[in-house]
Amino acid sequence: MPLGHYLVLSGLLFAIGATGVFVRRNIITLLLSVEIMLNAVNLAFVAFGRQFGTVDGQIITFFVMTVAAAEAAVGLALVIGLFRHRESLNPEAFTSLKW
Amino acid sequence: MGFDQLLFYVFAAVAVLGSLLVIGQTSPIYSVLALIVAFFGLSGLYVLLEAPFVAVVQIIIYAGAIMVLFLFTVMLLNVPREGASDWDRGHPHVRVWPVRIGTVLGVVMAVQLIWALSRTVGLGAGVADQRPAASEVSELGRVLFTDYMFAFEVTSILIIVAMVGAVVLARKREN
Repeated sequence: MPLGHYLVLSGLLFAIGATGVFVRRNIITLLLSVEIMLNAVNLAFVAFGRQFGTVDGQIITFFVMTVAAAEAAVGLALVIGLFRHRESLNPEAFTSLKW
Repeated sequence: MGFDQLLFYVFAAVAVLGSLLVIGQTSPIYSVLALIVAFFGLSGLYVLLEAPFVAVVQIIIYAGAIMVLFLFTVMLLNVPREGASDWDRGHPHVRVWPVRIGTVLGVVMAVQLIWALSRTVGLGAGVADQRPAASEVSELGRVLFTDYMFAFEVTSILIIVAMVGAVVLARKREN
């Protein structure tokens, strides 16, 4: 397979994730969209690593996964905290900095 | 069309359709499950790229750990369908135009990326032309613990910060 095919797929997934952040009105789905974007980048890393014949692409992928896990843990804790305060998951409900 | 190419298109279709289902419907629990399907597609692509360890880690960490965390949260909060709850219906800030503009922007972004990639020279070379890097776990471990030692150690700090942060944020406040 040409490298370009993998990069087009990666770009497509990234655009889908970015669109999800715009379109959905639910914080949990927004976090899922961020995960899609991170995975798109992972695919590009692994494809380039295969193209250049090194393992560096795979190593970076592990770091991205670690960051994604940390982001998901903190993000979901924030979601739970916000839900306790506002009884809502709509991002439009969280427009004030202090309450 | 070779067998590898067929597999590529099948896995790519699974990944793209799964991702579209994540953002294309309003029930959060279906979104999480669709994303797990998309991750299996991506995992197949990693196998095609001769990165089997990444493929396994993708399933175990992403589909197994992170998505289960999401599922737990969705079930814990009993998240309803978007637009089905009181706060969505009665909220004064429900706006339609940002969503439409966001969709258009997303499509523009996809077209732009594909257009730019189609004009880039040198991307026609097959990924499998090069000799593959030794993809055994031992080689990955050797590189991780020599060349990337510092980044690996910093990662441990990141994880403990995330762990403490999650516990503090999700704790019930006594007052």
